Amino acid sequence: MAARHIAPDTPELRERWGKFAFDAETKAKADWHIAKYPEGRQKSATMPLLDLAQRQVGRETDTQGWLPLPVIEYVAAFLDQPVIRVLEVATFYTMYNLEPVGKFHVQVCGTTPCMLRGSDDIIAACKKRGMKSGHVSDDGLWSFTEVECMGNCATAPMVQINDDNYEDLTAERLDAVLDALAKGETPKAGTQEPGRRTSEPANALSSLKEMVTENHDYRGEW
Amino acid sequence: MPKVTVDGQEIEVPAGATVLQACELAGKEIPRFCYHERLSIAGNCRMCLVEVKPGPPKPQASCALPATEGQEIRTDSEMVKTAREGVMEFLLINHPLDCPICDQGGECDLQDQSVAYGRGASRYHENKRAVTEKTMGPLIKTIMTRCIHCTRCVRFSEEIAGVDEIGALYRGEDMQITTYLEQAAKHELSANVIDLCPVGALTSRPYAYEARPWELKKTMGIDVSDAVGSNIRIDSRGREVLRVLPRINDDVNEEWISDKARYQVDGLTRRRLDKVWIRKRGKLVEASWDEAFKAIAKAKPGKSIAAVAGDMLDCETMFAAKALLKASGSSLIESRQTGMDYDVSNLAAVNFNSGFAGIEEADAILIVGSNVRWEAPLVNVRLRKAAKRGAKVFIVGPAWEPTYPATFLGDDVSVLSKLPKDVSAALKAAKKPAIILGGGGFAAGAHAASVKIAHDFGMVKDGWNGFNALHMAAARMGALMLGFAQVGGIADIAKAKPKVLLALGADEVDFTKFADSLKVYIGHHGDKGAHAADIILPAAAYTEKPGTYVNTEGRVQRGDKAVFAPGDAREDWTILRALADALGVDVGFDSFHELRAAMFADAPALADEGSIADYGALATSVKGNAAPKGTIPAPIKDFYLTNPIARASAVMQQCSNELLLGEAMAEAAE
Repeated sequence: MAARHIAPDTPELRERWGKFAFDAETKAKADWHIAKYPEGRQKSATMPLLDLAQRQVGRETDTQGWLPLPVIEYVAAFLDQPVIRVLEVATFYTMYNLEPVGKFHVQVCGTTPCMLRGSDDIIAACKKRGMKSGHVSDDGLWSFTEVECMGNCATAPMVQINDDNYEDLTAERLDAVLDALAKGETPKAGTQEPGRRTSEPANALSSLKEMVTENHDYRGEW
Repeated sequence: MPKVTVDGQEIEVPAGATVLQACELAGKEIPRFCYHERLSIAGNCRMCLVEVKPGPPKPQASCALPATEGQEIRTDSEMVKTAREGVMEFLLINHPLDCPICDQGGECDLQDQSVAYGRGASRYHENKRAVTEKTMGPLIKTIMTRCIHCTRCVRFSEEIAGVDEIGALYRGEDMQITTYLEQAAKHELSANVIDLCPVGALTSRPYAYEARPWELKKTMGIDVSDAVGSNIRIDSRGREVLRVLPRINDDVNEEWISDKARYQVDGLTRRRLDKVWIRKRGKLVEASWDEAFKAIAKAKPGKSIAAVAGDMLDCETMFAAKALLKASGSSLIESRQTGMDYDVSNLAAVNFNSGFAGIEEADAILIVGSNVRWEAPLVNVRLRKAAKRGAKVFIVGPAWEPTYPATFLGDDVSVLSKLPKDVSAALKAAKKPAIILGGGGFAAGAHAASVKIAHDFGMVKDGWNGFNALHMAAARMGALMLGFAQVGGIADIAKAKPKVLLALGADEVDFTKFADSLKVYIGHHGDKGAHAADIILPAAAYTEKPGTYVNTEGRVQRGDKAVFAPGDAREDWTILRALADALGVDVGFDSFHELRAAMFADAPALADEGSIADYGALATSVKGNAAPKGTIPAPIKDFYLTNPIARASAVMQQCSNELLLGEAMAEAAE
């Protein structure tokens, strides 16, 4: 958390991003988001627009994308509001990257359920590939962040890489996913446990047995 | 009107009141940090917790909870006491224990409330958070580790000042208050966040490490840096004014003052005239009072004596000068130094008739030649409120940056005689239309045209007078009430070729027109007026004499004397009284009391402190061209350097250099 910083405002940054503008695709999506809100309330679209901007930066740099200051200023001007208000939002939410990231942003959950199920091994596997908190790996592929609970405790341990979750991991399974990504393939998202589809019970049903075939009211039995 | 019970005492509160306000009405003190009467409710400090039934069985933040019928509120229960102790303990977790070196010490909300509501000892042994300092310009000093994240400064700049520049970045423990990219706060009300800050995170940079609040003598004063007449408290120690703070007056300045009013006071100790000077063979040399008076008497002015009043004078000084001239048989008195000659036969036509509080209710406002942000920052705050309520604002004059939506109609004054259709439609449709005529408008000769517009669009009706003249000089309305105006302005005085010209703190006069007169400058700063003078008599500044001031809405206010004038300088009226003896005339008063009594007899409205003088109805027309032509000038070139005190002030110079010139230079470099 505390590692978040705004990328410094340098002439190089201005040079690279000063002329940033939404491309046609992003512009169409942005207008769609703004149209959701009443006239004059375009500020409400700040969050989706920041996300769109980050994705466009991602496409331009072949990374997950991040938000350089000139881009934040562009979004503020686009929505006709003070830059500081947009910067407040961008710095508050951790899904907006404030500094350049790699092509794949590996976010490993280290909260209790994942830790009990072996997230330490996952983190070690990441570190072995040269991933380090707050740094992009030398090959430009990987960024690494340890995050708190992402709500996949039933399929712990898990990582989130860009827009997808990979669950039920072991160090080997993670390696397979990362190798596939590095090769440009698209590995199957979700659980990596053979035979498991989503977050259904991994073994035999142990609870809510009456619910398998029909809806059952347990309330009288408590 | 819901009825609630506060600590067993049943009271009726206005509809829409919060529980906190209900408790205050019942006379209970509710501790708070983030809540402020004039800002929106944030509810993030949690200090105002009280117990409310009906409701969840836990303490509730009273500032954000509406008072409803039948509520039972307790502010004295065990739950409330422990809740306050808990909140205070959390607030103090990351607050440094540096009160001995903190400038807020002695007037710190956190200090006071931790004594009153805290546990008395800390149980926290872990490391404290530290936050890097933020740059906020030459006026605001930041020590952000002390910040408790009440967001009062953020809300002030967004809601009152209308300049969104302070924000809270990051989240949770890492939250930091900063300006965008740590740029300096660049508006004319920026230093008010220092007063708002409940802790020592934002303190006054010029006043840093100067004094403790309990060492200071507090004197009630009136600000003279503009014509708003802001109510100020002058804090002095010994013979020096150390700082100026706003006093609350809802009719005038609410709770704010401009940066210039607050920080020009260091100019009171610089470039002061503290000795008598006489020009001999083209050079000013030190002299004694006696020599100076003899030199003036030697000129044998007789009836040929004139007086020009400066922009920061009190009414007493002007009346003393008027009495002196009257006793000499002259009526050559003038206050509009720069040579303006608008018609003053009807004072309602040169007054801010709707009042500052009244202008908030206007729903269509036409501003003629006034950069309100610079000429009267606190009136701009009112205009912003009006605009927020839906008022349409149109501006004729040079471009400036309003803090509310406004339409510029160009800087050609001829637009007044043929207003665009949408403007005239908006003014016609408005229930309370108003016109504000500023210094630029007067200079461009738009006076008669503006009065005509006021009548044409029904701006004067029962209970509403929308004709407003916005002056820039604190002395202007008082001077006009005392008759300090010639029909042809200062040109009439130049034409009369007076033998002696008394320049009473008058620095903006074109003295080349008075080449043959003996120019006597009675003032406090070695500025333009003193440079041109033949004899300089050192006088007192606004903090050094009691005085009556009339602001641009005609409100009569009095300030007290905080410190003595430096060196040989004397209060202005005593100088004029002594001069009367030297000239062998009788002015009819020997003491300040007699002077005031004579002044009240001359202008009875001046006796009525605090209220707005009655100038009668607005004249149907005033002298002047009703269809003026030409470009409206911008009278203020530099907000921070508009008067001799500010020009002598190092802080104001720095502001001008860094905030105004710095910007211009950066633009030129690009």
